[in-house]
Amino acid sequence: METPASPTPAQTARRAPAQLDVFRYDDGIVRMFVIATVTWGIVGMLVGLLIAVQMPFWKANLGPYLTFGRLRPLHTNAVIFAFAGNAIFAAIYYSTQRLCKARMFSDVMSRVHFWGWQAIIVAAAITLPLGLTTSKEYAELEWPIDLAITVVWVVFAVNFFWTLYKRREPHMYVALWFYIATIITVAVLHVGNSLAIPASLFKSYPVYAGVQDALVQWWYGHNAVAFFLTTPFLGLMYYFLPKAAERPVFSYRLSIIHFWSLVFIYIWAGPHHLNYTALPEWAATLGMVFSVMLWMPSWGGMINGLFTLRGAWHKLRDSVVLRMFVIGITFYGMSTFEGPLLSVKSVNALSHYTDWTVAHVHAGALGWNGFIIFGMIYWLVPRLWRTDLWSPRLANWHFWLGTLGILVYIIPMYVAGVTQGLMWRAFDDAGRLVYPDFMETVTQIVPLYWVRVVGGSMYFTGVLLAAVNLTMSIRNAPKLLPDPAVAMPLSPAGRHGGDGGHAALAD
Amino acid sequence: MATRPSPTDPPAATSVVAETAPNALPAMKQTIFRRHRQLEGWPLVFTILVTVGILVGGLVEFIPLVLVKDNVPRIASVKPFTPLEAVGRDLYIREGCVNCHSQMIRPFRAEIERYGDFTKAGETVYEHPFLWGSKRTGPDLQRIGGKYPNLWHVRHMEDPRSTNPQSIMPPYAWLLKDDLDFAVIPGRLRALSRVGVPYTDAEIADAVANAERQATAIAQDVAAQGGPAGLERKEIVALVAYLQRMGTDVRTSQAPAGATATDVATPDSVH
Repeated sequence: METPASPTPAQTARRAPAQLDVFRYDDGIVRMFVIATVTWGIVGMLVGLLIAVQMPFWKANLGPYLTFGRLRPLHTNAVIFAFAGNAIFAAIYYSTQRLCKARMFSDVMSRVHFWGWQAIIVAAAITLPLGLTTSKEYAELEWPIDLAITVVWVVFAVNFFWTLYKRREPHMYVALWFYIATIITVAVLHVGNSLAIPASLFKSYPVYAGVQDALVQWWYGHNAVAFFLTTPFLGLMYYFLPKAAERPVFSYRLSIIHFWSLVFIYIWAGPHHLNYTALPEWAATLGMVFSVMLWMPSWGGMINGLFTLRGAWHKLRDSVVLRMFVIGITFYGMSTFEGPLLSVKSVNALSHYTDWTVAHVHAGALGWNGFIIFGMIYWLVPRLWRTDLWSPRLANWHFWLGTLGILVYIIPMYVAGVTQGLMWRAFDDAGRLVYPDFMETVTQIVPLYWVRVVGGSMYFTGVLLAAVNLTMSIRNAPKLLPDPAVAMPLSPAGRHGGDGGHAALAD
Repeated sequence: MATRPSPTDPPAATSVVAETAPNALPAMKQTIFRRHRQLEGWPLVFTILVTVGILVGGLVEFIPLVLVKDNVPRIASVKPFTPLEAVGRDLYIREGCVNCHSQMIRPFRAEIERYGDFTKAGETVYEHPFLWGSKRTGPDLQRIGGKYPNLWHVRHMEDPRSTNPQSIMPPYAWLLKDDLDFAVIPGRLRALSRVGVPYTDAEIADAVANAERQATAIAQDVAAQGGPAGLERKEIVALVAYLQRMGTDVRTSQAPAGATATDVATPDSVH
């Protein structure tokens, strides 16, 4: 059912247009977001590398502005909102225009979105090392920047929804559903979690206190993972994977079921970050139950992604794009199995507060988000810059360095997490703590922090290779890159006169 | 659709379902998937449904937490931070201590043995924001208050290796050199009172003097123990004030005859 019936010559003739509707896609904005993605990716991961060194080697804490406590939020904000954020926007601007068969509603709004977002990132990179922070994870930016984020997000939303409104293709493909969920939910989360009373220009206090603040924060924090690092990437996967594989999506019905269940269930899962804390137990249990339920819709996405490659697995041999997508989707499957596992209270009792969490998020971030992003970029570069990728060989090196780098990163962190968790709870026969000195449990895992630095460096090297490849490809690009023109028949029934084809992924 | 159509190709938009719609549709089995197909042409309805879908879970979890008082039992002995402790807490936030230290002792025997009594919801009612943390690169600090002398904290912040040779914590020596900005305190307390911390106008008016008194007492204590002199107006005293307060409201609440710290935190004894 997924393969749309090709229009027969008779059908085509019957609907032959009298006039052609000619329009151009705005690919310039996509190129801007792609360059920003790689640039901020390097910055964010470089900061990550520095703080990874700071953990086993305290002397790498350089003065007040470059200590771990101030740089860790910079690392997380840079990789989530700058690296992944710009990649999401590149994907959305590229695919939405093609799926709607319409140019973005407003070129000005697209540029305001781009430059506004970059300005916010720069503001984050300045204020966080200065210690201007709310301390709420992934929402550390102070209130003036929060307001700017709101404004830019509204510009983005208006631009997106107006494009949707004036689309020429009446049917909304599944990627667009995920983009809608992303834009709506991120807005709700950001505003909900950032409500605060300013004390001065760069200091504010959240309106919530204690338990309520914790719940709201992790409602936000977990759903930042859900609606910034998952739903837009699933949308991205639904567009770019079938394109790269030249196969329609595996199952339309599965995409409906897993979309709605994912969107509904994810929101409930936040309290699993607060298992065994002072949060009332009913709330934590609710979070745990919904987190376990989340396993299935998550794997619905993985299955729909991997099975899209049915009959096309041989293409992996020649396509670094598909290889990266497959590794990315596989890490998505592993992370979304591990997530529910970690939310189960008895597992969480061991894993919480340890490096197990760090391993989990990096499997997701480096494996799923990172590889999907670079797979997309390697697919986009020849199309956006009208030139061959400068070096497929270098891209292949990126793939292997990245894949091995992730493993060398996460395996020692799993070992460190389980080791420390077990040491914290170890009692001897007399009922005394075996390791009453916390320091013992730290020195035990310091060597593993060094191994993590090696893994992170490998992954980072791969990203640098991607940057070289992108730069050299752009240098080979033609001077003039006119926006691609599209001509389609003016349907007699007007804007909504065409037919919907779910799997139709026309350019 | 397997191949990339050239720009002049007709759009590859066609489907069996839509081809037969709308007249043939009632005749078909109205499955949920066919209804969904219609929904896929209605972005406004689609967006509204998504919005409803994502609001349900958050509201079901949040509303009872605010409306049902039993969810956060108040503890009589838990009081707002003093002005100096409040700005000390802001320094704790500025330096990102929460990235490596939790303030949330879970109700496990191993944690209670190591850190002290587990954290109660009522202990955190004045915490804007909460600082429970999510990672323990260093130990939990919920019950750090009163555990070490003031001088220990000064030495530890100046050079963590001086109190524990194997420590991997960064030094925070600038806290001993940089002046504390007392002038911001009234504005901070006023903002905190706006979000619900019960500071009175009189307390806010006296806040600077109050903070200076507490800072002087800590600085004199540090000097008396043989530590550096002249810390009265340095940032370190505010941070030490906060650290020494942490988690002590419950332990010091022994005043009611026969009540233990744990009793105070049980729902029966709360108001």
